[in-house]
Amino acid sequence: MSDIERQSMDVDIVCVGFGPAMGGFLTTLSRGLTSEDGSPVAESTAMPGMPLQIICYERADDIGAGVSGVVSKARAIRESFPGFEPSQVPLCTEVTHEKVVYLLDPHGASRRQDLLDMKDSLIRAFGPSLKFLKDEAVELPFIPPFLRKEPGLVFSIGQFNQWVGSQIMAEGQAQIWPGMPVSTVLTERGKVVGVRLCDQGVDKSGQPDAGFMPGMDIKAPLTVIGDGPVGPVGRDLDDAMGMPHGHHRRDWALGMKMVVDLPESCDLPEGFVLHTLGYPEPDIFGFLYVLSDRVASLGIFVPSWLDLPVRSAYRYMQHWLTHPYLWKHLKGGKMRSWGAKSLLESGRRGEPWLAGDGYARIGEGSGTTNVLTGSGVDEAWMSGVQLAEGVLELIKAGKPFSRQNLKDTYVARRRVSTLEAEAKIAEKSRDGFGKGFIQGLLGMAIAGYTDGKFNMPGDHRRPHERVPSIEETYSPQLTAEEIKALREECQAKGESLHDAIMDRIGWPKIEYDGEMLISHQDALLLGGKVQAPFGYADHVVFVDPDACRRCNEKICIEMCSGQAITTNPDDGVPLFDREKCVHCGACLWNCSKPHPTDPEKTNVEFRAGAGGLHSAEN
Amino acid sequence: MSVGYHIVVCGGIVPDPLQTLEPVKGPAGWGLKNELMLPAILDPWAGHALFEAANLAKSAPGSKVWLVSMGPKAKLQQVMMTIAQKVPFELVVLDGPAGGFVEAHEVGTALAEAIEALPGLDKSKLLVFGGWQSASRGAGATMQIVGEKLGIFDQFQGVDKLEARADGTMRILERVEGGSYQESVVAGPPAVLGWATGELPEPPNNPQVGMQNMRLVMPALQKAKPVKIDGGPEYAKVEIPSQKRETRIVKDTPSEVIAKEIIDWLGA
Repeated sequence: MSDIERQSMDVDIVCVGFGPAMGGFLTTLSRGLTSEDGSPVAESTAMPGMPLQIICYERADDIGAGVSGVVSKARAIRESFPGFEPSQVPLCTEVTHEKVVYLLDPHGASRRQDLLDMKDSLIRAFGPSLKFLKDEAVELPFIPPFLRKEPGLVFSIGQFNQWVGSQIMAEGQAQIWPGMPVSTVLTERGKVVGVRLCDQGVDKSGQPDAGFMPGMDIKAPLTVIGDGPVGPVGRDLDDAMGMPHGHHRRDWALGMKMVVDLPESCDLPEGFVLHTLGYPEPDIFGFLYVLSDRVASLGIFVPSWLDLPVRSAYRYMQHWLTHPYLWKHLKGGKMRSWGAKSLLESGRRGEPWLAGDGYARIGEGSGTTNVLTGSGVDEAWMSGVQLAEGVLELIKAGKPFSRQNLKDTYVARRRVSTLEAEAKIAEKSRDGFGKGFIQGLLGMAIAGYTDGKFNMPGDHRRPHERVPSIEETYSPQLTAEEIKALREECQAKGESLHDAIMDRIGWPKIEYDGEMLISHQDALLLGGKVQAPFGYADHVVFVDPDACRRCNEKICIEMCSGQAITTNPDDGVPLFDREKCVHCGACLWNCSKPHPTDPEKTNVEFRAGAGGLHSAEN
Repeated sequence: MSVGYHIVVCGGIVPDPLQTLEPVKGPAGWGLKNELMLPAILDPWAGHALFEAANLAKSAPGSKVWLVSMGPKAKLQQVMMTIAQKVPFELVVLDGPAGGFVEAHEVGTALAEAIEALPGLDKSKLLVFGGWQSASRGAGATMQIVGEKLGIFDQFQGVDKLEARADGTMRILERVEGGSYQESVVAGPPAVLGWATGELPEPPNNPQVGMQNMRLVMPALQKAKPVKIDGGPEYAKVEIPSQKRETRIVKDTPSEVIAKEIIDWLGA
C-alpha cells in the first residue's frame, strides 16, 4: 500500500518504543534541553519558534506495560537519579540477600546428561550427611562475583517505567504516546528520515476495511529506535542495513513470570534474591525476588539452546513453582499478575549498526543484554543516557545527525564505557550451553573468572539446524507410532502436544489450587489483560504456509506464551488469535523452519502490531 | 439549523476497572488497594461521554468541546497521552484527589466552578456531559450537583442516545428498567447529560488529532488549579459488592444434571 496518500508530520526527534533505554534517553535529553536561565537550548526546526519537538511512540496501551521482574546493580539508573530512594517507586527495594540454588529433579522426568545424572546421584547419596541437601536442592555456599547484584535493586519494570514516564512528562520536553505502534522506518537514499505509523482500520491481512486510516509518516532529522528484542522497527532496519560482519542473533530466551502475594507463612525477607538452575530442565534458570509489601516476582527463562521441540514455558514454570524447595515458601500464596517476554541473549554478538545517517539504536535491540551477569535493564538505561549525551552535544554544536557525528558522540561514548567492557567479557560466556548444561556452567565460570579471556567453545546453529524431531528427542521413551497417535489425537482436539507428551514421559499433572496454580487461560485472564485494538492487521504471520503444513514440531504452538497460536484441526497451518497474544515474540525465534529467503530468520514473521499484555504490576 | 454547542465533559480518571478495586483504609482514609500501582484510565462512562461530545460537535459546526478533569496531575498526564489521540478537545485540569472516596458535593462544586470560569463559554449553548456512574466508586450524584450549581435543571441520567434535531430540540433516550428507554425531548441547551455507554465505539488513535491536542494539553497541565477538598463523609465501613463465584470441578456429570442445576440456579 505504498501508493496510498498519507498524512505527514515533521518533528525534531522521533523515538520508537518506551522501555528502560528510552527512559534513560528521554530523562537525560529532557534535562539537557533547558539552559540554566530556563530558556530552551535549541529551537525546533520542525516548528520554528517552538522548543524541540520530541515524540516517542509506544505500541502497548500504557507506558508501564513492561513484563519483567528485575534485579539490577542499577548503577546507571542511580547516576541519573542522585539520592534515589527505592520507596519512590512502587514494588522497588534494595537487594539484601542473594542465593544460588541447584534444584534436583524430584520426578526424574527432565532430560539430564549422564554426567549430571551421576552428579545428582552422588548428591542424593552423600548430601544429607554433609547437611547441604534439603528439599531436593543444594544451596551454593557462595555466589560468583560476576552474578552478585548487591547493593542493587529489585523492582518491577512496569512500575519503574510508569514512574520514569511520569518524571519525563513532568519535564514537559517530550511527549510519550502509548497505543501507537510504528510499522517501519522511512529511508531516503540510505538515510533514515523518520517512521511510518501502523495503518488502522484494516482487516487481519492488512487490507483496508471500514474506517481505514493510513498510518501517518513522522519525519525527523533523528530517529531513535529502542523497540526491544522483537521490535519490528529495529529488525526492519537490520534488514535494510545488514548486520556488522560476524554478528547474528541466534541466542534467545523466553522469560515467563508471575507477581505473587507471598503467604503469611513465608519468611523470606524483603530484598531476597534467589537464582535457581537444574530444574525443571537443567538449563532452565529460575528467579525469585522478594519486593516490598510481601510481594514477590518470580519465574523462569527457557533458553534457545534447550533442544526440546516440545517446550511449554507455562507448564515448566508450574513444575518449577511446585519444586519442594520453592513450594514450601509459596504454597498458600496468590498470583497477582503474570506475563512473558523474550530476551535477546546474543549480547554484543547481536549488536547491529548502532548509528547511521539519521538514526541510532539503543537498548536490548542494540545488544545491551549481558548474559554473564544476567542483567539488561541498567545496561539498556546506560545506552539511552549515552545517546542522549551525544545528541545534546550535537544539538549544542549545531551539527547534523549524520552517521559519523553519531559515531563520534554516541558510539564513542558507548565503546569506552563499562557497558562495552562488561559486554566483551560476557560475549562468549554462554557458548558452552550449546554443547550441554555442564559445559555451559563451566564456560560461564571460565569466562567470569578470567574476565572473558578464556571461553568454552560453543554451538550457535540456527533453530532449523539444531532442533531435533520429536521422534528423535523422545526415543526410546516413546515410539514413533505412539507419537503419531498423540499428534493425531491432539490435532483432532485442536490441542498442543506438550501436555500429552509431558504426561507420558513422567511429568506429574499440575494440581490446580485456583490461586497460584491455575490453567494457562486463567493466567491470561487473571494475570493481566490482553489488549488487541480493533482495526489492526495480525502481527504474527506464517510466511510459507506449506512449510507449516510439513512441520512436525510446531514449536510456535508449544512455546506460545498466551496460547495465541493454536493447533488447527483442519489444516497444518497453525491458527493465530490476536486477542490472546502477549507480544512476547517466542514464535519468532523458536520456529524450526527457515524463512524462504533468509536462513537467519524463521518462517514466522513478527510484524508491527498494537496491543499486548496490559498487566498492572509487572 | 446548526446550534454550535459548547460541550463540557466532566471526566475523572480511575484505576483500571478490570482489576479488582478492593477498598482499604489507609492513614489518609479510605482508598483503593494498589491504586497507585494500577494503570489509570479515563473513567469508561466519561470516555463514552467524550466520544459522544466529539461526535455531536463534529456534526454541529461552531461547536467546541472542553474536558474538565479532576485528578492527580501526574496520573492525568499519562491518561491524556492516550485520550488526546482519540478526539479533539481542550483540557482543563483540576489537580485534586481521585479514587471515588471524595464527597460528591465537593467534587461537584469544584467542577461547576471550573466550568463557570471557562473563557468564552456561552451558557445558552452549554451541554454538560459526564459519566452516569464512576467505574471506581461513585455516589452517582456528582453530575446532578454540577447541574444544580450551574443552574441547569434539565438533567438526564443513564443516557444512551442524543439526537439533535433540525429545530434545535434534542431527543434523549435514558435507560430505565428492563432494557427499556425513557424518551424525552428537551427544547435545547443548557442541559446536563450523565451518559451510560452511548452508541459510539472508541475512536481509533489519530496522531494528527493527538498532536493538535497535546499542544494544548501540556500547558493545561502546567496551569492545573490545585483543589483542596475539606471534610466530607466519614465512612464507617466500605466493602465491595457481595458477588460470589463458587467453582466446583465435576467430572463425568451428565449434561441433563448440569442443565437441571443451571435451571434451579436461575429459578433460585
